[in-house]
Amino acid sequence: MQKFDEMYAQLPGTGQTQTQGQSQGQSQFQFQGSDIRAHYQAYAQWLARQPADVMRARREEAEMIFRRVGITFAVYGAKDEDGSGTERLIPFDLIPRIIPAHEWASMEKGLVQRVTALNRFLHDVYHDQDIIKAGIIPAEQILNNAQYRPEMKGVYTPHHVYSHIAGVDIVRAPNAQGQGEYYVLEDNLRVPSGVSYMLEDRKMMMRLFPDLFSSHRVAPVMHYPDLLLETLRASAQPGAPDPTVVVLTPGMYNSAYFEHAFLAQQMGVELVEGQDLFVKDRYVYMRTTRGPKRVDVIYRRVDDDFLDPSVFRPTSTLGCAGLLDAYRAGNVSLCNAIGTGVADDKSIYPYVPKMIEFYLGEKPILNNVPTYMCRNPDDLKYTLANLKDLVVKEVHGAGGYGMLVGPAATKAEIEDFRKAVEANPSGYIAQPTLSLSSCPTFVDSGIAPRHIDLRPFVLSGKEVQMVPGGLTRVALKEGSLVVNSSQGGGTKDTWILEV
Amino acid sequence: MLSRTADHLFWMSRYTERAENTARMLDVNYQTSLLPQSAAVAQVGWQGLLSISELLPAYGAQHGEITPQRVMEFMVKDENNPSSIVSCLKAARENARAVRGSLTTEAWETQNQTWLEVNRMLKAGQFERDPGQFFEWVKFRSHLSRGVTVGTMLMDEALHFMRLGTFLERADNTARLVDVKFHAVQSDFFGAATEQDQEYDFYHWSAILRSVSGFEIYRKVYRDVIKPERVADLLILRPDMPRSLHASMNEVLSNLEMVANDQSHETIRRAGKLRADLKWGHIDEILATGLHAFLTQFLDRVNELGARISRDFLIPASA
Repeated sequence: MQKFDEMYAQLPGTGQTQTQGQSQGQSQFQFQGSDIRAHYQAYAQWLARQPADVMRARREEAEMIFRRVGITFAVYGAKDEDGSGTERLIPFDLIPRIIPAHEWASMEKGLVQRVTALNRFLHDVYHDQDIIKAGIIPAEQILNNAQYRPEMKGVYTPHHVYSHIAGVDIVRAPNAQGQGEYYVLEDNLRVPSGVSYMLEDRKMMMRLFPDLFSSHRVAPVMHYPDLLLETLRASAQPGAPDPTVVVLTPGMYNSAYFEHAFLAQQMGVELVEGQDLFVKDRYVYMRTTRGPKRVDVIYRRVDDDFLDPSVFRPTSTLGCAGLLDAYRAGNVSLCNAIGTGVADDKSIYPYVPKMIEFYLGEKPILNNVPTYMCRNPDDLKYTLANLKDLVVKEVHGAGGYGMLVGPAATKAEIEDFRKAVEANPSGYIAQPTLSLSSCPTFVDSGIAPRHIDLRPFVLSGKEVQMVPGGLTRVALKEGSLVVNSSQGGGTKDTWILEV
Repeated sequence: MLSRTADHLFWMSRYTERAENTARMLDVNYQTSLLPQSAAVAQVGWQGLLSISELLPAYGAQHGEITPQRVMEFMVKDENNPSSIVSCLKAARENARAVRGSLTTEAWETQNQTWLEVNRMLKAGQFERDPGQFFEWVKFRSHLSRGVTVGTMLMDEALHFMRLGTFLERADNTARLVDVKFHAVQSDFFGAATEQDQEYDFYHWSAILRSVSGFEIYRKVYRDVIKPERVADLLILRPDMPRSLHASMNEVLSNLEMVANDQSHETIRRAGKLRADLKWGHIDEILATGLHAFLTQFLDRVNELGARISRDFLIPASA
């Protein structure tokens, strides 16, 4: 596969990005200056001056601070070596991922456009279904989708917004001409997580390397909780002029609990669990030390299925009975709305560029990855014939599970997937394997290229807005393309840089 | 604030306070055991420690014979013993984690750091190497936890529920300590017959005082040799002794009044009545009717207060 890097216009030969003479401790990082991309020049010069042992000490310091602050995620069913706990740190990499401001400007426009269209689509499928009538997406692909919630038909949502918080996964890869371009890999419109790492990574970088921030003009991100609160308040029903906002968490054993607690605290709102809420006369209340208090907006970090045991999964203790009823009555806002999964499903993904043209009459700014839908006989035939070169994904898979990376898979894995695809073609899509860009990363052996992606967090309330950048995830295993934290992924600070 | 949040904050403080008091009692027993004393006297000391926490049966079932080392390990490191220091610190931290957003960053990090540290210290064998220093550390972390709370938290309900937990637990713990230690002196504790008994008395009473940081206070307040009835007076009735029942109940009452709601009137009335008994009580009266009976009744009333606080504020019925 072609090598494609963020820092280097041309990736040097193998081994040359590694530190020289590791054992001496005093060694410095060596770079060949000429082919470093413009927006990385200053940083690379700085990095070349850093002794390796200082960087190593910084990494240990970061780890210690993350532990003390308790920035951990829970791993289901896992135990530490001493059997005591299940709290892990997400590895944090010291080397930032840098994006030049002009590239971000165009990406931001593309994100506003894309998320606006996706929200228009969601409103449409739960109201007039114009896109089906226009014959752009087959009705059964929407209406028979398990993520389509008939309960949402005709329900009013303020500003017609459904996905108030969207996490759009973006990768950079060479196009046919070998030029770097951004591609959207996935739209996460249900309960995307990771924004707390974006904020904590920045805080950590500023703490470890304050001098870097005085010599670089890095766009700030720390106002995210403010924008989020503004978005949530703007999503209140018209009858609640000074809305009470809460964050609904599944509880402290959820893998993203830190983030839920963090965001609630940063916004100064209550962090509630299902047991703290109840519905009376189609209004939602929380139980407080001074009696019941009305709740107007719920930023829920609980999946649709668990939200209301009286309608969805009856055994759920994470939600609140009667919530859907109160929601349909227009007495409470849910962020995100119920039923957004129908728009970020992998079987709908290939239609997003057409949605943009249909609803907005614009050309898509961000690229989709070319996608073969195995439900179409021609696409299925092509997919089965080229499994070893393709990435095949389960339509409902998430978290890096249920996918085949052809070039990295064994013969047996490919054959297993072939059987699975043949048995249920409409459950799969296939995409060409992109040469995902890599970024220099501080690993045990020194500095080496590792694959990365980017998740900007797009907020939709009265308007669509975001903080510059997002969360950069990095696949720490050499050669791996999977960046998910559950599978050995780490994170990096993301710099939008005025050069 | 959310009832559940108040509940977690209340219990976070109770467990922190309990860990501190356990460390105090263990420390004093440990220091006393370094003095020359008969095996029988030592035995009474360690047994008393277990009975304070009502753990004699649980200990007996697990270990049988009472030896200082086993009792200390049981009370410090045993995760199956819900009253051990490590269990209390864990419970405090779990409660804090459940509501970390309601704590200031400093307050949360203090709790979390205590938990990370205690694990590291126990793993490294620091407790076995120097028990005295370990107990000092537990006390210090509790001071820090209280200080960082008062020093950084908004003075709202969250803080009041935390204070409520601290002082309700302290009232309970001090009462148990006094009860057991006065019980340990089987004979009439007014004056010792022999010289040897007198010596024992001095160390016995000064140990109790030290366990509540009250030795120097005693000297300052009474300017006299150590007499049991004055030790009782100090630990029960003095409003200016920070670990006395009276001082603890003052705090319980004032914090309860700050969080009063529509249904808490009766709870506050009872807390006020209990405080009044201490405020207007006299040590001679208490001793005349029987110290043990007085303390047993006190513990029942504190226990009942705890249950009423739960019902009124922390886990109220729906709607």
